[in-house]
Amino acid sequence: MTNACMSGVDTGSLASVRSVVVERPKLALVGALGGLVVLDLLFRLAGFRLFVGPVGLLGGELAFERLLTLLWDGIVVGLGIGLAGIGLSMTYSILRFANFAHGDYITSGAFAGWAVAWLIAGFNTGNLSDNVGYLALVGGAPEGPSSSDLGINVLGTPLAILAGLVVAGVATVALALVLDRVVYRPMRDAEGISLLIASIGVALALRYLINFVFGASNRGLTAGGERLILGGVNGKIALVNKRSTLIVAQNDGPPADAFYVELPVVDLGAYSAEIISVTSVEVTLVVTSLLLMYGLHLLLQRTKLGTAMRATADNQDLARVTGIPTERVVRATWVVGGGLAGASGFLLALERGTLSFNLGWVLLLLIFAAVILGGIGSVYGAIVGGVLIGLTSSVSLVWIPSSLSTAAAFAIMIFVLLLKPDGLFGGVRTA
Amino acid sequence: MSAADTLADRFDRFEDTPRWLLDVGLIAATMGSIYLLFTIFTFVGPAGGTFGTVVANLQTITFWTALYAMMVLALNLHWGYTGLFNIGVAGFMAIGVYAFAVLTVPPTGSPPGLGLPLWVGIIGGMLAAALVGAVTALPALRLRADYLAIVTVALSEIIRLTLLSTKFESFTLFANLDYEVRGVEILPDVALGTGAGRGMNIPVNPSIPVKSIFYTNPSNPAAGERTAVGEVVLGAFVNAGVRETVVVSLAYTLLLIGVVALFYWLLVRVGNSPFGRVLKAIREDELVANSLGKDTRMFKIKVFMLGCALMGLGGILWEAQRGFTDPTSTTFRPIQTFYIFVALIIGGAGSNTGSVLGGALFASLLFQGPLFVSRILSHLLNLGDTPSSFAAAIGPVFALEVGPLLAYAAGNIEELRFVLLGVVLVYLMQNRPQGLLGHRKEVAASVPLIDRDGNRPRDAAAADGGEGDE
Repeated sequence: MTNACMSGVDTGSLASVRSVVVERPKLALVGALGGLVVLDLLFRLAGFRLFVGPVGLLGGELAFERLLTLLWDGIVVGLGIGLAGIGLSMTYSILRFANFAHGDYITSGAFAGWAVAWLIAGFNTGNLSDNVGYLALVGGAPEGPSSSDLGINVLGTPLAILAGLVVAGVATVALALVLDRVVYRPMRDAEGISLLIASIGVALALRYLINFVFGASNRGLTAGGERLILGGVNGKIALVNKRSTLIVAQNDGPPADAFYVELPVVDLGAYSAEIISVTSVEVTLVVTSLLLMYGLHLLLQRTKLGTAMRATADNQDLARVTGIPTERVVRATWVVGGGLAGASGFLLALERGTLSFNLGWVLLLLIFAAVILGGIGSVYGAIVGGVLIGLTSSVSLVWIPSSLSTAAAFAIMIFVLLLKPDGLFGGVRTA
Repeated sequence: MSAADTLADRFDRFEDTPRWLLDVGLIAATMGSIYLLFTIFTFVGPAGGTFGTVVANLQTITFWTALYAMMVLALNLHWGYTGLFNIGVAGFMAIGVYAFAVLTVPPTGSPPGLGLPLWVGIIGGMLAAALVGAVTALPALRLRADYLAIVTVALSEIIRLTLLSTKFESFTLFANLDYEVRGVEILPDVALGTGAGRGMNIPVNPSIPVKSIFYTNPSNPAAGERTAVGEVVLGAFVNAGVRETVVVSLAYTLLLIGVVALFYWLLVRVGNSPFGRVLKAIREDELVANSLGKDTRMFKIKVFMLGCALMGLGGILWEAQRGFTDPTSTTFRPIQTFYIFVALIIGGAGSNTGSVLGGALFASLLFQGPLFVSRILSHLLNLGDTPSSFAAAIGPVFALEVGPLLAYAAGNIEELRFVLLGVVLVYLMQNRPQGLLGHRKEVAASVPLIDRDGNRPRDAAAADGGEGDE
């Protein structure tokens, strides 16, 4: 109660705060906690510590640059999760079940895409002839060229990345359609929970089939990409592409031979630090995700199919009565959801630089967290939820050790389920 | 529809035989068939068939059957009786085991514990699991089934990640609270820990009482001597060609069977009580139960706690008896929950006998069966070395040579076992979601339903035992 009042003081009227606390205690509690977190972040940024007796209550040390990096990391991972979550949210709203196999659709897409990317890179580097099996297994066999021999990165081998992305999407669409035909279509009228259990079966079969074929190793994928670093150099803000250039510039002045661009901004005195570092794979993920999301937005809002999908999500019987071919809408759902799942799997593996058969399963709960946070069934909710979950698991590192950051994201999801089970965009189905 | 149907129908024809006797008969017949099958497996297997190997293999099968039957019964209370879709079983098991370990590990251990006796640990482990269950249940039970599923599986991941976190590898309780009353510290520092990835040694564990029947020094049999009982029993078995460790495991398996019987009895009692009738009403239609004046939330919380306590006990008997635990143990992986679910669905949710049968069929045919079959195949077909990758295995197939692929399959049978499990799960959900015995009717009245002529009106006043009749 006192906390709620504390955070509410700045909103002005004490009476309105009291009415919120009395009528919507949960909202007040969340507001209070949120206020505390923000307050603590501000204190930390200012390097200010609030003590009560011997116990440090709020504040501490947090460099502004670190917060910026955490935010960027959160947005990158969050967009990947949001992209992956769209399909989960769509199957939930149109087929009315929580698809536990969704994570393994993501893994399937990632493996299919990366197999193609490796084959193309192998062709480019002349490693193809002896190593077809090795390359097609994304390095699952014991001997063959390493990922640095292949040298896959966005700028160096754009064709491999693009082809991989497309194949990842297409292969996952095919997989989703086949599985729908074999598993889910015979159960169309079953309850959500029966479908959920069946999807667990699909998840197990799919994941371990991937393990059987590709092996259990966690393989490195790329040669590491280009990066762009924004940093302060003795009061000037500069763009460089190597950490070493920045250090040289800070100590001995701007180097002549390396990439170094000084930005025309105000002089910040003696400010010298690395502000933020952005890699090419991160940019690839962000740009591709945003493009795909915008494409989906156009599809849902501007086309007849999108209208039919939204109608089916709203009320399947009514949609059928009005002449919407619901079975075709279901297929379209799998096509869109599966395609985005496969693409997100490829991009997430690209961003991490590693791939193992557990990729999707480990991500699945985070994706569920994102989708539920945004309001399960809502496509836009899935995107927003993904970014929020990404930010949560990233910024939570300010307070808790990294081994618990995933647990923190799950805890946030559980709290959202308890406080607002419909999620942030609740009630809006695929709108 | 299937063989199981006709079998169940045939049993239903024994109108006058008591139900429990039929159930015991059914379980005995199933176990008998399984034993026969695995005896045959042993004889055609690589080790060959002797009395010793047969006993060893049947002991393994019975051990896993008992463990799964135990867990499936506990889950049956949640999913079968009350319709609570809890897929965080592994998490509650882990809570039970770690609470047990922290309570019983001696203070000199690494990580240190409290050094309390075994029975305190067991009760504490069950209580801890029940409490965590209550914390989950209090708010989560308002949610729809699929949300409850996600919350429970997320909770089990939170538990696993927390146990794995080095943050709690070893810590000291009350370290900063040095309040003294007349020179005596009221909250003394207590050193505890989870050991994180290094795991925990559990010297005081449920296998010790069993070993103490045979050995004077149960925690290290080699250092002590055999007791009088041990001399007779072990001597007799070893003379018959059974290894000593197998005999000790056999004794522990007997203990497990006793616990299964206890769980079964408890569930039957719960199911037939007024409490159990409300649970079944909640499963069928919570709204109706609610409008009849039952506080369904309270019922759900209580049954969730009870089930979690049983899961905690199951976890202790399963994991702690190994004398060591760590968070990556197969017992706590999320997959374990799905194993138990598959076993329950095979047997039929809502049926206790079905739960035991499901545990037995799962443990023998799906869990251990593939391992036996793969060993036998590689022995009989002389498959040779396992290819190092799928590419090396699939290549010769194009030259019509399937040997390497078979060898690869036999070498990676554990992965294929999961695939089989998934396929079975999908098949069951499509074709027989009520499992083997889930379709049976259970009498829900507390008074004998026998009319004046002594006929039992079998279908009147009966509640569905599972998902409903076909």
